[in-house]
Formats: sequence, C-alpha cells, structure tokens
Amino acid sequence: METIARDAAHVLFALGFPPLLLGVIGKTKAFFAGRVGPPVLQPYYDLIKLFQKGSVIGGTTTWVFRAGPAAGLATAALASLFIPLAGAAAPVSFAGDLVLFAYLLGLGRFFTALAALDTGSPFEGMGAAREVTFACLAEPAFFLGLLVLAKLTGSLSMGGMLGGSLAAHWSTAGASLALVLLSWFIVLLAENSRIPFDDPNTHLELTMIHEVMVLDHSGPAFGMILYGAAIKLFVFSALVARVAFSAGLGSAWLAWPVFVVGMLLIAVVVGVVESVMARLRLLHVPTLLVAACLLSAFGVVLLAR
Amino acid sequence: MDVTPETDRSAASGGAGKAIFTTACGVVAAVAMCLAGFALAIPMLRGGAPLSARFAWDSFHGEFHVGLDPLSAFFLLPILVVSPLAAVYGGGYLMAYRGRKSLAASWLFFNLFVAGMIMVVIARTALVFLMSWEIMSLSAYFLVTFEDEKAEARRAGWIYLVATHLGAACLLAMFLILGGRAGGLDFDAFGRLAVQGPVWSGVIFVLALVGFGAKAGLVPIHVWLPEAHPAAPSHVSALMSGVMIKMGLYGLLRIVGFLGRPAPWWGPTLAGVGLMTALVAVALALHQRDVKRVLAYSSIENMGLIVLALGVGLWAWARGAPAMAVLAVSAALLHVWNHAIMKSLMFLTAGSVLHGTGERDIETMGGLMKRMPWTGAAMMVGAVAITALPPLNGFVSEWLMYLSLLKWGLATNGGGLPALLAVSGLALVGGLAAIVFVRLTGIALLGSPRSSAAAHAHESSVWMLAPMAVLVVLCLGAAMAPALLARLLAGAVEQITRGADGAHAARELVELPLETLGWINALVIAVAAAAAGGAAALTRARAMATGPVWGCGYAAPSARIQYTGGSFAATTALKLLPRSLRPGTSRTAPRGLFPGRAEFLSASPDPVTSRVYEPLFEGCGERFSRLRILQQGKVNVYLGYMVIVLLAALAWAALRGVWGPS
Repeated sequence: METIARDAAHVLFALGFPPLLLGVIGKTKAFFAGRVGPPVLQPYYDLIKLFQKGSVIGGTTTWVFRAGPAAGLATAALASLFIPLAGAAAPVSFAGDLVLFAYLLGLGRFFTALAALDTGSPFEGMGAAREVTFACLAEPAFFLGLLVLAKLTGSLSMGGMLGGSLAAHWSTAGASLALVLLSWFIVLLAENSRIPFDDPNTHLELTMIHEVMVLDHSGPAFGMILYGAAIKLFVFSALVARVAFSAGLGSAWLAWPVFVVGMLLIAVVVGVVESVMARLRLLHVPTLLVAACLLSAFGVVLLAR
Repeated sequence: MDVTPETDRSAASGGAGKAIFTTACGVVAAVAMCLAGFALAIPMLRGGAPLSARFAWDSFHGEFHVGLDPLSAFFLLPILVVSPLAAVYGGGYLMAYRGRKSLAASWLFFNLFVAGMIMVVIARTALVFLMSWEIMSLSAYFLVTFEDEKAEARRAGWIYLVATHLGAACLLAMFLILGGRAGGLDFDAFGRLAVQGPVWSGVIFVLALVGFGAKAGLVPIHVWLPEAHPAAPSHVSALMSGVMIKMGLYGLLRIVGFLGRPAPWWGPTLAGVGLMTALVAVALALHQRDVKRVLAYSSIENMGLIVLALGVGLWAWARGAPAMAVLAVSAALLHVWNHAIMKSLMFLTAGSVLHGTGERDIETMGGLMKRMPWTGAAMMVGAVAITALPPLNGFVSEWLMYLSLLKWGLATNGGGLPALLAVSGLALVGGLAAIVFVRLTGIALLGSPRSSAAAHAHESSVWMLAPMAVLVVLCLGAAMAPALLARLLAGAVEQITRGADGAHAARELVELPLETLGWINALVIAVAAAAAGGAAALTRARAMATGPVWGCGYAAPSARIQYTGGSFAATTALKLLPRSLRPGTSRTAPRGLFPGRAEFLSASPDPVTSRVYEPLFEGCGERFSRLRILQQGKVNVYLGYMVIVLLAALAWAALRGVWGPS
C-alpha cells in the first residue's frame, strides 16, 4: 500500500512539475534582459490553451506525423519512471534499466524525426537530420557518465546508481563525479535543445534543430510536444540533481525540499547559461559534444586505475 | 554490353499456367522440407537427446555422418522459420518475371540452397560439411545472378563467388590441419582432440575466423555482402541475410567447440573485430542510396554486434567467469534469432517496395506510406526492431549485450576499461543505426513522391504481404516473451560454454531479467498505444483542417525541395565520420561570365573494395602476368618442363637416399 502511494506521488510529481521548470527558465532570462517576463506558471496556461485548440495538418502527412508527438510524450513519461526523485526509490527499477532509459528516449526521438520527415518540408528534414546526428554523440557521453556511477555504486539500475549510496563517493571519487556532472549538464542542454546547442526562441528556421522539426504540428499535437519536452527536461534535470545534491537527498526529512530547490536551481542555471551565451555555430556543436564524451571518459579512466 | 539471352527462353517457359505450376512445386517443396524439419528441431530445443545417423559411404572412403545436437537445432530453427515464408513471398514476387525468366531454375536453386543450409548444420564429418557448404554457396550464386542480363548482377555474383571461395580455401586448410591431427575427418574425432596445443589451436582459430568470417560478413572481408544482397531477388536476399550469413557463425562456434578452453586472446580479438565491424558497417550504411545496400550493411553491423558478444563470452570463459560467459553467449544467440526475423522482414518489405515502384534508389521514392500502407507499416515495425529500440525484439537482445558488457567491465577480474569503453562504442553504433533507419524509412516512405514511379506505386499481393505479417507477429512475440526464447536456446549456450559450470545460476542471470523486460515491452506498447489513442481522440474532438506544410511561405512546395537521403546523410557524414568512410564526391562549379552546366556527383562504393581489394588484386594480376613467359603455347616447351621436373624429382629422390635419415 505504501509503495503504491509512493509510486502514485512519483508519477503525479513527474507529470505535474515539469512545466514549472520552463517557467523558471523563462523568468530567469527575463530578469537578465531587464524585463518582467511572463508569469512562472505561463507554460501551464500555454498547455491548457493548446489542448483546447483545433489543428491544421499538412496534406502530405500520414499516421506517422500524428504518432510523433504521442511517442515523444509517452517515452518521456515512461523514462521518468526509472529515476528516483527525492530519496524515494524509482517506481520501476531492475539491473540494466539504464539502457532501457536511454533507448526509450531514443524511441521518442526516432518518431519525432520521422514525423518531421513526413511533412516533406525541407526545413523539417534539416532539423531531423541535425537532431539525430547530435543525439548520436550525446548518447555515448551519457553512457560513459553512467559507467562512472555504475563503477562507483556497483549497481546497474538507475535507482541503485543514483540512490543514497552516491553521497559517500563524493569524498573518495569527487573528481570523477564532478566530470560526470559537467558532462551530463552539457548533455542536458543538448538533449533539450537549449542554448548553446539550439535556440528555442529563434525566428530563423535555418538555424533551428528541435523547433524546426515541429513547425507543422499545431493544437493538441503541439501541446503534447511541449509537454513531452518539459518532461524530458525534468528527467535530465533530475539526473543532474541526483548527482549534484546527493548529500542532501540522503536524509528523510530534507530530501523533498532539497530536491525541489535543486531542480529549480538547475532551471535557473539553464536560464543563466541561455542569457549569457550565444548559440554555437552548428559546425561547433559536435566539438562540444565530443568534449562531453571525453569528460565522462576521463571520469571512467580515473576510476579504472 | 548487356546481352539478353533470356528473351528466346520466354517462349519455352510457356503460359501463366505453367509458371504457376512451377512456382507451386517450388514453394510446396520448400515448405514441406521445412515443416518436416520442425519435427526434429523443436524437441531438440526443448531438451531432447542428441541424434546421430551414419551410413557407409565407400566412394569417399568414409562415412556419411549427420547428427542433431542443441547447437545444430539452434541454427536450424531460423532456416526452418524463414525459408517457408521466403518461399511463399517468392511465389508472389517472381510472378512478375514469368515468361521472361526460367522460374524452374530459380526454384531448383532455391530448394537446393535451403537444403544445403540444413545439411551444413547437421553435417558431422568434414567431407559432408564442405560439400554442403559448397552446395549452399553455389546455389546462392545462381540465385544472386537470377537477373543475369544486368551487368550489376553478374559483377555481384562474381565478387560473391571469389569471396566465398577464398573463405572456403581457409576452411579446407583448417579441416586438413584438424583432420591430420585427429587422424580422421569425423567431427567426433575432432571433438576427442580436446587439447591441441596453443600454436595449432591458434592457427585453427584464425583460419576458422577468416574462413567463416567471410561468410558472416566481418570487416574487412565483408565486401561481397553489399554487392550480392541487392542483386538477388528479395526473398533470396532475406534468406541470405537472415539465415545464410549466420552459417558462418555456426561454423565458427562448431570449430571453437573442438578446441577446448579458449586461449586468452581469442575473446578480445573477436570482440575487437566485432565492434570494428559494427562501427564501420553502420557508418557505411548511412549514405547508401540503394535500400537493399543499406540493409546489407545493417546485416554486417548486426553480425559485428553478435561477434562482439561472442567475444565477450569467450573472454569471460577464458578468465574463468562461467556465469558471465553464459550471459554474453546468450545475448549473442538471442540476437541471431532476432536478427533472422527482423532482417528477413526488412528485406521482404524492401522487395515489396521494389515490386511496387520498380526502384531501389530511395531518392526516387517518397510518400509510399500512402500508396503502400501495409508494406509501409511492416517496414516501420522492422525499422524500429532493427534499430534496437524498445518495445521490439531487437532491443531485447541488444539490451542483453549491454548487460553482459557492463557486468563484464565491472567484474573484479573482468574486462576492465576496454569492456567499459566498448559500451560507449555500442551506444555510438545504436545512435548511428537510428540515423540510418530514420533516413531509410523517412525518405522512402514519408513525404511526397519524388518520382512518377513512386507516385504510381501499388501495394503488393497477399502472397507477399502475408509472410511479412507473420514476421511482424514474430517480432512482437519475441519482444514480449524473450524468456521463452532464452529457455529454448539454453541448450545451445550450454553446449558452447561446455566446461563452464554454473549454468543454473546463469539461467537466473539470463531468464529472470528477460522476463522483466518482456513485461516492460508490453507496458511500453500499452502506454504508447494509450498516448496515440488519446492524441487521436483529442485531435478529433477539436476542429481539424488540412493545409500545405510550412515551406517558408511558399504555398505550393514542390516535391523536389524535400530533404533528400543524400542531404540527410551529409549532415551526419560531415560532422561525425572520418574522411575515409565518407562518400566520394566530385563537383564542377559554374564558372566564368557565362556559366555553363554545373555538376555534382556523389558515390559511395565500399571503401574496402575500392581502396584495398581492387588495387591488391590488380597489383597481383600485373605481377603474375610476368609469369606468362612460361606459357609459350608450344607442346615441345611443355614437354621440356616435364622433363626438367622429372629430372629434379629423380635427383631429389636419389640425393635423399644418399644423405637422408633413412
């Protein structure tokens, strides 16, 4: 009974909290620009609005176009089940679930990219090609980071690797963990199409990655895409938060406050990065991702000795 | 020059009735042969006792010895499952050639091919094995060159024939060494030869790796695969890619079984070759325009992954970690079955596309999902499976590979850093495979038609669709019940890692996680279906209109402005791949005050063929041509040679008598 309540709380939090992160990022950027900015809850209003709207669908499209947003949302939501949030165990956890986690997000990307190609629009094809290309480099970086955690904790489940035992390793293998943290933050920015990889607010299709893939989605479908993206951001932020704040997440009472504050903090950092940096030229994106791979790989090597 | 000697044969092959009769005979024979085989294979996989049969075979001074054990039954099953489906499909597929081609010859070789493969896995003496191997290889040659009026098919057949016989030469040498040391050609004699000494077992291992690796398509001896698979009729490609290349693995495993405990360097060597094969092949798959060439490279990639997992298995076994060995070998074997199903599915759908449009080039396709909805959906399922994405079967075995690599890398006396870095290599292969299949399905099936052939594509007949549907169901079934498959292949795993105890513990290690994964796959399917259903309901409840897609303000975008397969791959090739794996391009830019025509050419031949083998063989040919001086074409000169040789032999014999030991 207790586990059911706990899992229900996990699911509700993982479904309810994510749009807030987008709101916090927006507010941070507005602060840096000297604007008041939209309310923190604006992403919720946007979602509600979008789900009530009608939609326009391109004449060339098939069921794949409509499956894209659904797959993106479903896979992000499923991926959130594997991550322990605040001290609590993850609802689904078994040895090797780390691969399932990464490949579920891959499934979402597969269909998002296909939905873009389904329109036959040149811009969306371009976005799809870029998205899958950059993901191809982000994935090894993510896996190498997981290897560091697996090596430290001796566990092969996300729950075990990110669980309570991580805090003790900061003192013995702090360098490796710091490298992983940095690498995963870069992966977070890349996977969620933030600056410096992609500019979610740009107006020029030629420079977009993720946004250009979803140009033709509208109404509820677009709402699902936004919501799925928010959950994906939440999932990656939770990963980073579990590593960064593992000390605070150990205790029973502090866990939830530390987790929530930590997540908001990560959103603020993302907002700061977006405010102080410009988008990288597309040619330089792979370089940064390879750097992320190398950071994690170095973390593994440090442990191998 | 393309000669078409077939035109006059059209009269001989007669009317439609005769073609249908020929086809029916061919299909029924293949199906009956395979159904009969099930009666033997299934009990064996469920834990039956090994069977064996010997007949006197005086003309070859030996016995005709065949047998069935778990390893044979394991490799027999894909033959028995895929062949009948390919036969039924081929019945529909080859109908388009009736009157132009001799269907009877094609069906004869098809049945010989299937029978040859069956014989290969049940052969129990080197002689029977090599004969069956040749029957399989040669009948495949005749199947590949079915459209022999095309220069491309003849070239593909020639490359295949050369590669397969270079491999067979290694096998002959290997069997001679084995036979010489065992004192007989029977597999039982080889098996009693448990300890060979490190040098001889190393030599045998390398010969087996090269000889069988040529059939399995390991880089750099994979070059026949991307030529032969596209040239063959699609049901034959499905059988070659889904089943025949696995015969190379079977041979390798059979020989390794004779050599006792593996030497410490075998496992890492296999794993390294496997990972390199997978990386190179998936990178080359990226910029192929021919659908079937993409699939051929993807087969090479998957063989690489299987060999990687086998390598980890031998590595762990040599280091004395039996449970780990069982886990890795199970992953490899499960992937053999899964790949057999999903790659056959992909080749059958590709054949259906070829049948419906007459094209193999993805740049001329597009929008086929609307015109060929069933083929398109089946191809989509196959693509998700072969990209190893959940919730389908490809993911299950690739997941098990990840698990074995991770566990082996983290084990105290395990693979250490190399195994861990191989994990990220596997992740890179996975990412590249996703690009390959997003490109393939996205460009071929989606968007608007890029040519009139694509615009007028037609869906295939039920004879072609039904086998695809069966394979889709098998993919789904294998994804939901992987533990059941693991139980069936446990016998083969035990036979391969014979001598590794702790099989029971390993069973827990393999089957329990797979059971979990089966449930998770069902959950993913349920959630995805719920999300799709919810999305459909929500969209339908609101106002919905159809309009043009966004083309930067153009209201009537033409199909030609779509992103092409070339541009899609270029993004990745330029950003990720080393120069040697990129397609070769040449361009003539418009110049001068009155610019003339501009040109851009891009070709992606296999770099190993064009940069290694072609120079190598041409160089050899040139050097050896100097020996033509010996070939004078005059009888008296040849008689002179004979006299010289005879005198030399006599002299040698005489001198041996003088100084020799005896």
